[in-house]
Amino acid sequence: MFYREAGQFKTSYAADMAVFPLRQDRIGLAAIIAVAYAVAFTGSDFLLQAVLIPFLIFALAAIGLNLLTGYAGLLSLGTGAFMGVGAYACYKLTTAFPGVNFVVWVLVSGLFSAGIGVFFGLPSLRIKGFYLAVATLAAQFFLQWCFNRVPWLYNYNVSGAIDAPLRTLFGVPIVGPTATSQTRYLVVLTLVILLTWVASNLVHGRIGRMWMAIRDMDIAAELMGIKLLQSKLLAFAVSSYYCGVAGAMMVFFWYGGAEYNVFDINQSFIVLFMIIIGGLGSLIGSFFGAALIFMLPIALGIILPAILDPFGLSIGSDTIEHLRFIILGALIIFFLIVEPHGLARLWQIGKQKLRVWPFPY
Amino acid sequence: MASEAAVRRPGIEPRMVAWLFAALGVAALVVILAIAARTGAIGRGNLVYDVVVDPFVLMAQAPDLLVQTLWEGLVSGVLYALIALGFVLIFKASGVFNFAQGIMVVFAALTLVGLHEKGVPALVALVLAVGVMLVLAIAVERVVLRPLVNQPDIILFMATFGLTYFLIGLGELIFGGNPKQMIARQLYLPQGATDAAIFGGRVRFQHIDIAAAAIASLMIATLAVFFSKTRIGRALRAVADSHKAALSVGISLNQIWVIVWFTAGIVALVTGIMWGARSDVSFALQIIALKALPVLILGGFTSIPGAIVGGLIIGVGEKIGEFYWGPLLGGGIESWLAYMIALLFLLYRPQGLFGEKIIERV
Amino acid sequence: MRAPDSPVVAKGDALLAVENVSLGFGGVKALSDVSFDIRKGEIRAIIGPNGAGKTSMLNCINGFYHPTDGCITFKGRRRARMRPHAAARGGIARTFQNVALFKGMTTLDNLMAGRSLKMHKSFFWQLLRHGPAMEEEIAHRRVVEDIIDFLEIQAIRKVPVGKLPYGLQKRVELGRALAMEPELLLLDEPMAGMNLEEKEDMSRFVLDVNQQFGTTIALIEHDMGVVMDLSDRVVVLEYGRKIADGKPDEVKRDQRVIDAYLGVAH
Repeated sequence: MFYREAGQFKTSYAADMAVFPLRQDRIGLAAIIAVAYAVAFTGSDFLLQAVLIPFLIFALAAIGLNLLTGYAGLLSLGTGAFMGVGAYACYKLTTAFPGVNFVVWVLVSGLFSAGIGVFFGLPSLRIKGFYLAVATLAAQFFLQWCFNRVPWLYNYNVSGAIDAPLRTLFGVPIVGPTATSQTRYLVVLTLVILLTWVASNLVHGRIGRMWMAIRDMDIAAELMGIKLLQSKLLAFAVSSYYCGVAGAMMVFFWYGGAEYNVFDINQSFIVLFMIIIGGLGSLIGSFFGAALIFMLPIALGIILPAILDPFGLSIGSDTIEHLRFIILGALIIFFLIVEPHGLARLWQIGKQKLRVWPFPY
Repeated sequence: MASEAAVRRPGIEPRMVAWLFAALGVAALVVILAIAARTGAIGRGNLVYDVVVDPFVLMAQAPDLLVQTLWEGLVSGVLYALIALGFVLIFKASGVFNFAQGIMVVFAALTLVGLHEKGVPALVALVLAVGVMLVLAIAVERVVLRPLVNQPDIILFMATFGLTYFLIGLGELIFGGNPKQMIARQLYLPQGATDAAIFGGRVRFQHIDIAAAAIASLMIATLAVFFSKTRIGRALRAVADSHKAALSVGISLNQIWVIVWFTAGIVALVTGIMWGARSDVSFALQIIALKALPVLILGGFTSIPGAIVGGLIIGVGEKIGEFYWGPLLGGGIESWLAYMIALLFLLYRPQGLFGEKIIERV
Repeated sequence: MRAPDSPVVAKGDALLAVENVSLGFGGVKALSDVSFDIRKGEIRAIIGPNGAGKTSMLNCINGFYHPTDGCITFKGRRRARMRPHAAARGGIARTFQNVALFKGMTTLDNLMAGRSLKMHKSFFWQLLRHGPAMEEEIAHRRVVEDIIDFLEIQAIRKVPVGKLPYGLQKRVELGRALAMEPELLLLDEPMAGMNLEEKEDMSRFVLDVNQQFGTTIALIEHDMGVVMDLSDRVVVLEYGRKIADGKPDEVKRDQRVIDAYLGVAH
């Protein structure tokens, strides 16, 4: 009885085409954003540092991969490497030009990722499906090798690692050892909200349709005047941009530093699992998937000891890690069987039921 | 009125022309460089010389090293081919690209070693390990394949991702994450090495490598015969073509899938033993198994001879590339060279050496 | 919207001319030395037994296949190897034997996808959505709504097309082709799998498209009743060769056509 569209008539095409046509949805979204900002001031350090900041970062990477794989239908296993390109680009830019506002460099570093993404996306003209995934694997392994063996990328650091130097925004430290989790969280939150809005604009307009047409039947899309190569390359560019920005944020706003093996193939798999479970072709699904997969080990780390402690049993962190793999693998298979469209579809079904609640249909 | 001919002249196809040009270009380049090297215009230390000429000079100067490298490449190629074989089996019969083949290799090997560690005699452990792979095949068919029977291929592909992670976690939980030693001696696999004098130098042939090559060849030959000559092999091919048609002639899909995954499991076990005997058994092997993908690209996803040829090309190409060109780039190019080779190959021939040409039907 | 340098073809003149077109795949000859023309404003039927090469002919016109011999002249321009998207740009749209809709999208999105050619607002405006990009969307939405009214599919606007029954899917596919505002519309068995009522509806739509919008139509169809009623002229193919060409009545009485395809009423 609360979630109804009765009385909300659309009198213009613009209103009909809105992303959130129901007033209740708009209110809900505003509330979530308000709460998100409020948490910055009320949440504990642990919550911000270990849970929310990485969740947002992974959600952004998941959005990036979802644009490529979920909307445009181009399977990519190179997400980790593209994130790395953004991270290393940001590092080089900010160490070379430390005076420039850091947020600017974060947003610019994505462009480097986009360029590399386009390069490795060129084969998509002739290659499809699994084969394209292998091409992205080439990108993954080659770029990871570069992060390790091209010393210029990490400024000839003896350790081979990059670290986050002190950077400020309006006088407040946002990067580096002195930056508090609150400030970092606020910056990450704002950037993620902004970039999500942009992604939403893209997928609801002609470019999103173009990508989905290519995904569903590229022959028909071509016969409709859609230029396949340009569209696919655009998908690679935009997707890699998002992954690059996410990578830069990961190093500078979360980890505080990185080595080349942070951006390995496992990273690619994790993000892929996020969008599979969250829902391919759905922006909100990217958030769901990131939440589930990222929170899973944390939840396990809290729940399992809580269950086992009363029995005097203890569980090592190693075991938790192994259980995480097992549960993750099982979850993926479970979702693919039960709801291939992921949590996003379950959410839609839930809203549908809510629309008619308390009636059954 | 613009008038360009709308005909495509039969005879010389554009792609052949491209190949011709590429070959001529390379030949011209080599001739020019040879002349330049001869006349001293470029020499060692010059980038072009280092990349295009020097490695070949090195090869000629130390032919025994070349043979050694070729042999190593051959052996790893055979092992890649074995992993690729597991993929091909499952893909041929169920259309599923089994991403979990790599972890099956590790899991099988770990089961064998783990059982032996618990005190089970080697050969008994071997039989038990085979049994475990059978159980795994049945479980996979029941839990993963049957519920997903009519879904598009990409969904099944992603399900094998899930299976991979599941097996990684399970394997680590049961056997621990530390690398283990393969019980090669207990399995009566040959040890030691033979040195041969070749080209005035010394080439070392590990006995285990020779055994690996022999066993792999035997296995591949057996499987090839199995597929083409036996009733079950025919049924497998029928299932690969069309599930519905196979069902309608009375072939039990479930049985076939169990058989196929079990066979792939045995192949995985053999691969795990062979690979583990040469180096340790660890989860790093799972990543190496990804190298089977370039092998499949080269050889085609459905061809057993293709898997072999592809494996050999990748194995040899990798080793030669790493040894002679690797130092120029700082080493470690083995991690990506195979994929780059596959990528370049895909650009010219998307269906691989032996695969079927992809024809789009509207 | 017409490309600036393409000539205006008067009604009655040949809009498309196929000259000596042959098409072979390996050993199979799909088309052998076929010639005919399609006049502007007419409805041209292409008929023949299965395997005659009818769909291959459409694919050649579309640019999806390239003839191994002969040439195709469209709007006075002899065409070189044309890619399908260039054919689309030139004003050719088509539907398919097996419905080629974008199954993951709604009816509305499918039709809007058909407007892709006409949408020009750049990537950067798309990033913002509000502003010029939105205005363009709304303008095209109006056009698409006209098509939706024309085809009477208002009720299924927001339904994912994968869920629609076959007959409606074919109608949506027609709508998507119409959204391209084509000069030449190629329909590959638009009535296949339909019952009598649906066929009558579809025939009415085809006629309306031809008469109201002036679209030239080339139509592959097996239902002879439809062919006789709708078409102005007919081409008959058999085993890749043309065996008859003319008005429907003439073709119906042609002995070769009767032997190959029609049979005699008992």
